[in-house]
Amino acid sequence: MSAPVIELRGVSKRFGKSFDIAARLTHRLSGALGRPYKDQTVHAVDTVDLTIRKGEVVGLVGESGCGKSTLGRMVAGIMPPSDGSVLWQGTDIATLSPEAARAVKLKVQMIFQDPYASLNPRLRVAEIVGEAPRVHGMIPRGTFDAYVDAQLHRAGLDPAYKRRYPHQFSGGQRQRIGIARALAVQPEFLVCDEAVAALDVSIQAQILNLFMDLRAELDLTYLFISHDLGVVEHLSDRVVIMYLGRIVEEARAEEIFAHANHPYTQALLSEVPRIEARKKHFVGVKGEIPSPIDRPTGCHFHPRCPHAMPRCAIEAPALREIAPGHRSACHLNT
Amino acid sequence: MSDMTLEVRNLRTHFFTRAGVVRAVEDVSFSVQRGRVLGLVGESGSGKTVTGFSIIRLVDPPGRIAGGSILFHGRDLAKLSEREMRGLRGNRIAMIFQDPMMTLNPVLRIDTQMIETVRAHAKVSHAEARARSRDALGMVGIPSPDERLESYPHQFSGGMRQRVAIAIALLHRPDLIIADEPTTALDVTIQAQILAEVQKLAANVGTALIWITHDLSVVAGLADEIAVMYAGRIVEAGDVATVLDRPSHPYTHGLIGSVPSRNKRGTRLRQIPGMTPSLLDLPEGCAFRARCAYADAACEKDPPTTEPARGHALRCFHPLLEPVA
Ligand SMILES: Nc1ncnc2c1ncn2[C@@H]1O[C@H](COP(=O)(O)OP(=O)(O)OP(=O)(O)O)[C@@H](O)[C@H]1O
Ligand SMILES: Nc1ncnc2c1ncn2[C@@H]1O[C@H](COP(=O)(O)OP(=O)(O)O)[C@@H](O)[C@H]1O
Ligand code: SF4
Ligand code: SF4
Ligand SMILES: [Mg+2]
Ligand SMILES: [Mg+2]
Repeated sequence: MSAPVIELRGVSKRFGKSFDIAARLTHRLSGALGRPYKDQTVHAVDTVDLTIRKGEVVGLVGESGCGKSTLGRMVAGIMPPSDGSVLWQGTDIATLSPEAARAVKLKVQMIFQDPYASLNPRLRVAEIVGEAPRVHGMIPRGTFDAYVDAQLHRAGLDPAYKRRYPHQFSGGQRQRIGIARALAVQPEFLVCDEAVAALDVSIQAQILNLFMDLRAELDLTYLFISHDLGVVEHLSDRVVIMYLGRIVEEARAEEIFAHANHPYTQALLSEVPRIEARKKHFVGVKGEIPSPIDRPTGCHFHPRCPHAMPRCAIEAPALREIAPGHRSACHLNT
Repeated sequence: MSDMTLEVRNLRTHFFTRAGVVRAVEDVSFSVQRGRVLGLVGESGSGKTVTGFSIIRLVDPPGRIAGGSILFHGRDLAKLSEREMRGLRGNRIAMIFQDPMMTLNPVLRIDTQMIETVRAHAKVSHAEARARSRDALGMVGIPSPDERLESYPHQFSGGMRQRVAIAIALLHRPDLIIADEPTTALDVTIQAQILAEVQKLAANVGTALIWITHDLSVVAGLADEIAVMYAGRIVEAGDVATVLDRPSHPYTHGLIGSVPSRNKRGTRLRQIPGMTPSLLDLPEGCAFRARCAYADAACEKDPPTTEPARGHALRCFHPLLEPVA
């Protein structure tokens, strides 16, 4: 087994009272209706332990709001955890000198769902891609153009486009610009947050192929966040399932798709639409996705779980190994 | 009542913009029977939404229906006055939008909106309208519907809002529902709940459904028939098994091939090169030819629609003969 590149140890992230407008309004209305005041802390990520090894592709799956992006941002070092530590190649990044921390930050790059929102509309492609590596002294004197051309070419874009602005590109091309920009600082690790979700099927296939090619070419490690289980199954070596801020199951991809252990994972997998299915009988996981502000007690999944027992509402199940490399957090296992 | 709920024939909807004519829907024909689900699939910009908007007559200038007929129980919707159309919209024909806030009014309570919708088309008491609204919310799986009627849209999650919008579409048990990517933004668990309701509706009420999506996997499980759109035209249509298991059009074939589960895990995906063309002043000829491995000189003319087998429509000069998927 290769060495860990990223380790999360007991990592949590809580958000305070910076509500958005809708939340504030709901809050005021519920106050007016005489409902009691509740603690409004958002528990976005709750005591997560996770190790990602060199060269791996780890898929991260879960319902909207369960904390995937928050976890991804902490891995990418663009958001500090409230608790716990993030280790880069064995060293806690909170203990690094500012200089070393900057270097580590460059090693982990993030690619977002909406390439348009993450590209500065006023800059030309050449500047978007070349700025960071130039600032960080990664481009030898007099080779700026060649450097940028190489990045664009590697991301599958014609370098002839480099004088254009982001709005002059299609969605798929913009995602390629985002990829070229990330690769330009010579990262070892990519956090892809719903990076193909906004793309059409045929363009999605092109970008997924690019990710796979780059992995082989540059020996990259990936944290691949996606709600599309078909994509995750195709790409990942290992899959991590999150529910309301906690990891509930983790295993090798083949293992999780063949022998899901956790009732939530099982429910999720049974509802994935598959192109092979005909006249499927859809059911749906009963109940609503719970709120990270007002979390169910015990096992977060118990209000929706078909196997819930009295114990499940009281005691949170620990994430424990049920087979080599397969972890699950459910009282049915004990 | 005949079993044919909707028959669209040679529909053309164009946008006459300053930059030129956008042929968003060009010579589109399909039909949907009572209780059946048609999946209308295609990539973004292929004309799916404009097709739906044309049927329900919500296309705004500079767009207009430039030709063809839209027979709803034999009556041509393209020829109805706006007043006649209003009598059908929300009543016999309903549309569910990708964004539920297209249906919901953010400043009105759910009960106000639903009761208004009921009484717009049915002469019933306030209490009766309220009861119908509550039942519709129950039907789409909203827990404690009586309490929920008193909420505002922002007090619901995205998935619940979409279910409320669907409940509103169901209020008059319409003969036809056009659903435009209604679950695209939802989680699979919530999507499955909604698909389950929709299946019940088609089976129990006999509603005909047009389910617009770019997700082939959803239509595979939901639809009876599929129509594949590319650059404003339907390039292939037929029952689900024919189109998904034995696609004849190179585009359909390429699209199915690029779905990850159709490829061996961890291998490069089969991909269609290039990207979709702009519909602005699209030149003559098959719009797929720049991306098609089978294109030749013949493809510089528009391929006509052929019917290689009963119920299977195709627009291609060189259809794939063998089942290659
Ligand atoms: N800056 C913030 N302030 C307050 N709450 C936040 C903030 N960022 C995220 N949250 C909340 O933390 C929770 C987890 O959010 P996160 O964006 O990580 O979810 P996600 O799993 O990525 O969801 P999605 O699939 O919708 O992208 C949510 O309830 C979200 O509203
Ligand atoms: N108001 C409009 N003015 C000009 N062109 C439009 C307008 N609305 C849609 N179109 C064009 O019509 C085509 C089909 O659009 P649409 O039906 O929304 O695609 P889809 O729903 O398949 O993504 C696109 O090329 C789009 O740009
Ligand atoms: S711990 Fe209990 S409620 Fe949670 S998943 Fe297991 S059986 Fe269900
Ligand atoms: S008509 Fe020609 S270009 Fe178009 S899909 Fe068929 S073979 Fe390809
Ligand atoms: Mg997210
Ligand atoms: Mg659309």
